[in-house]
Amino acid sequence: MAYTFSFPEEVLEHVFSFIESEKDRNAISLVCKSWYEIERWCRRRVFVGNCYAVSPMMVIKRFPEVRSIALKGKPHFADFNLVPEGWGGYVCPWIAAMACAFPWLEEIRLKRMVITDESLELIAKSFKNFKVLVLTSCEGFTTDGLAAIAANCRFASFIFLISQVLNLLDFNFVFELVLNKGHKFESKLCLCLVNLRELDLQESEVEDLSGHWLSHFPDSYTSLVSLNISCLGNEVSLSSLERLLGRCPNLQTLRLNRAVPLDRLPNLLRRCPQLVELGTGVYSTEMRPEVFSNLEAAFSGCKQLKSLSGFWDVLPSYLPAVYPICSRLTSLNLSYAIVQSSDLIKLISQCPSLLRLWVLDYIEDAGLYALAASCKDLRELRVFPSDPFGLEPNVALTEQGLVSVSEGCPKLQSVLYFCRQMSNAALNTIARNRPNLTRFRLCIIEPRTPDYITLEPLDSGFGAIVEHCKDLQRLSLSGLLTDRVFEYIGTYGKKLEMLSVAFAGDSDLGLHHVLSGCDNLRKLEIRDCPFGDKALLANAAKLETMRSLWMSSCSVSYGACKLLGQKMPRLNVEVIDERGPPDSRPESCPVEKLYIYRTIAGPRLDMPGFVWTMEDDSSLGLE
Amino acid sequence: MMDERSRSEASPQLLDLMNRSEGKCSEERKLELRLGPPGGEEWSHSGKMKKSNTEREESLLSLGCFSHAILNGFQSKDTTPPWPSYHNKASSFLQFPSTPPVMGKEALASQACCPKVVELQNNDTKVFSPSSANTAVSQPNTSQKRTAPAPVVGWPPIRSFRKNLASSSNSKPPPESSQHNEVAGKKPVDNYGKGLFVKINMDGVPIGRKVDLNAYDSYENLSSAVDELFRGLLAAQRDSSAGGAHNKVEEEKAITGLLDGKGEYTLVYEDNEGDRMLVGDVPWHMFVSTVKRLRVLKSSELSAFTLGSKQEKIALDSAMK
Repeated sequence: MAYTFSFPEEVLEHVFSFIESEKDRNAISLVCKSWYEIERWCRRRVFVGNCYAVSPMMVIKRFPEVRSIALKGKPHFADFNLVPEGWGGYVCPWIAAMACAFPWLEEIRLKRMVITDESLELIAKSFKNFKVLVLTSCEGFTTDGLAAIAANCRFASFIFLISQVLNLLDFNFVFELVLNKGHKFESKLCLCLVNLRELDLQESEVEDLSGHWLSHFPDSYTSLVSLNISCLGNEVSLSSLERLLGRCPNLQTLRLNRAVPLDRLPNLLRRCPQLVELGTGVYSTEMRPEVFSNLEAAFSGCKQLKSLSGFWDVLPSYLPAVYPICSRLTSLNLSYAIVQSSDLIKLISQCPSLLRLWVLDYIEDAGLYALAASCKDLRELRVFPSDPFGLEPNVALTEQGLVSVSEGCPKLQSVLYFCRQMSNAALNTIARNRPNLTRFRLCIIEPRTPDYITLEPLDSGFGAIVEHCKDLQRLSLSGLLTDRVFEYIGTYGKKLEMLSVAFAGDSDLGLHHVLSGCDNLRKLEIRDCPFGDKALLANAAKLETMRSLWMSSCSVSYGACKLLGQKMPRLNVEVIDERGPPDSRPESCPVEKLYIYRTIAGPRLDMPGFVWTMEDDSSLGLE
Repeated sequence: MMDERSRSEASPQLLDLMNRSEGKCSEERKLELRLGPPGGEEWSHSGKMKKSNTEREESLLSLGCFSHAILNGFQSKDTTPPWPSYHNKASSFLQFPSTPPVMGKEALASQACCPKVVELQNNDTKVFSPSSANTAVSQPNTSQKRTAPAPVVGWPPIRSFRKNLASSSNSKPPPESSQHNEVAGKKPVDNYGKGLFVKINMDGVPIGRKVDLNAYDSYENLSSAVDELFRGLLAAQRDSSAGGAHNKVEEEKAITGLLDGKGEYTLVYEDNEGDRMLVGDVPWHMFVSTVKRLRVLKSSELSAFTLGSKQEKIALDSAMK
């Protein structure tokens, strides 16, 4: 007879309280029924990777004491305009349900979702302890909603990450409300504005209004922790900003916008020498020695500074001003900096502690070689294209740069690399050099580019990557690829969780390899590949073990979608087709876009006219 | 629940392919689909051979798909095995002028089991010479002239704010650092490298806006964006001139017919030569590359502005500023 002993619930609950990660908590809940019960009552943070995978009521029923929720909506390819407007991702039903069920909710984090003013108003009214609102790449709201939040919430921390249509006039309005309505910011305020669109006001009004909002922070307000206005188009009042910075001793992050002139930067820096993260404004001005030395001295005064970004319109002569702090820098974002390789080399050579570098391909192979020589602790490298739509290479950046970094940086884990040529040999070398890679995203700009030396497909190169990098979690493919690369991926990519494929493969075999071989696959996104019905149908059960599958411009027929939807009640098979109803075309006709995701909530009810969810057997016969 | 991977669930009837042997090692692991030539062993540089798994093969075959022929298709030991291309497939695939001409036989290979594929694959002679095919694809500096391909939506995969970096500031990095560099721009430039922003003004609305053209890929999308941008402002203008209270719900009406001349307003633009043009006449990407400013005019006023005329340009310039 099995010997069982159990702790009292309180003890277990106390133990569980130290477990933060969702994955661990999910594992705990599977141990036995009583652990499931105990765990669900004490879970405080919930992460829903796909807002349509589960209904709000289900979450509420299972986890009655949630304090923090994170939701994701649209598929990743929405970032590249592949998901038509109006597809979905509405947070409204969630807010409505949680308003009743979670009165003590403190945090809401949304990514790629649509949030309306009504929802924002509801948040403001319903959650008395609300502290954190993070909106990343969201849309759908206006001034009114933000004003409601501003007017009604007492925040401990307040984070705004807005990546949409919030123009300056609206923003001014919000801030007037926030700051003039007499409520208090209790302790910290984190304010982060990303990707604001601009408002073009006529001349005199620009001067008045653009900096207006900053002056509305009351003199008594000293709690600013983070201010990120890097994407604000218009100028802000620098004197107001200086005063604000001067009285906020807790300020750690300051990311300025392009409009802040370089010669004013020293004054700003002097008022917040405790800064940890700085984003400069425009990084050029008339070359004057006193401006330079002023800047250099100001930088030297920032002893805690670890992260730099900004650097628009760089005048290279001013780069040495940051040299005093380079040795402490762990993160450098130069992805807007149009700077020649030689100047980049001089800068990077001074940063031995660098962990993360984002840079444009102006760095070229020579610069990456220098990076490899100087930055032995580097974990993450992203090289963005300066001229993504040009036909000819405009910089001397090739596969060699990446090879150098893979050789010289033993801790390199994460790579995003845009280039124009690649070879199997290079990929092979990179794979053997860096078996500790966990994220490898390579974008050879021209689709279907083969190995430039042998003219072969790049199958064996990527094969080497998956074979040697046994902990690879994320992979993006590009270049000329046949089904063989997918066989490699299916064979070796055992830890792979996310795979992005474009313009690759020859037949269903390719897709079949991936679906049948990658045990840990969660997200698969495919565009413009000749994958059709067979692999999908043959691996339908696999789809239930994944979060989602996106396929656009492939060869999956409407008939196959219907079949899949019929046979798999726990999948939502969404056909997205802007040409009109799929049954107005033959069943063998391929659908434009297909988004399949597992769900226990059944088909969603908020689809626009160009999305059809394939019905399962149980729902046929209704109506 | 949310992100659980409960792989222990039973698979539905149709789809028994989820049964996998646990504890497999790569040498013994059998792939259901064999990718070597008949009798051939070596195909990967690591030298591991994957053998067919008959059970899986059968279940696949039960769906009437893969034939042995396809499975044994690829000649791995050649340096450049022929591979089928699918470019003559549905129109949704990328039109790529530099790709090799499609071979009729190969086109069938991508989906159906087809005896012709067998014939192709077993044929020792290469169907097309890879070097000629790939030259066109890979090397930008061949004698074969490359015309700009039609822009592909969402490719390369970068966010819109990274798209116009090169053109928005300088297209080349400034010269190497020296003591006497020219004065860099003091005024913030219009395009902040986050997108292709152009100014847009509307008749009757004193506040101009800016639109990021990179966020749209068609005239229709742009037209709806313009409607969204100005609808509220236009209503507000009407309200304030009428002296009434601002009633959002009743007074806002959609701005439609911007592109076909049938609406109250029409969308026009000024191109890089200073000419004023109707929006919608040229292909989208051409429009994006030449547009400098947008304007929403009252359709009734259109005749007053001669489109594309130099004489009017001077008058227009002052009007637009």
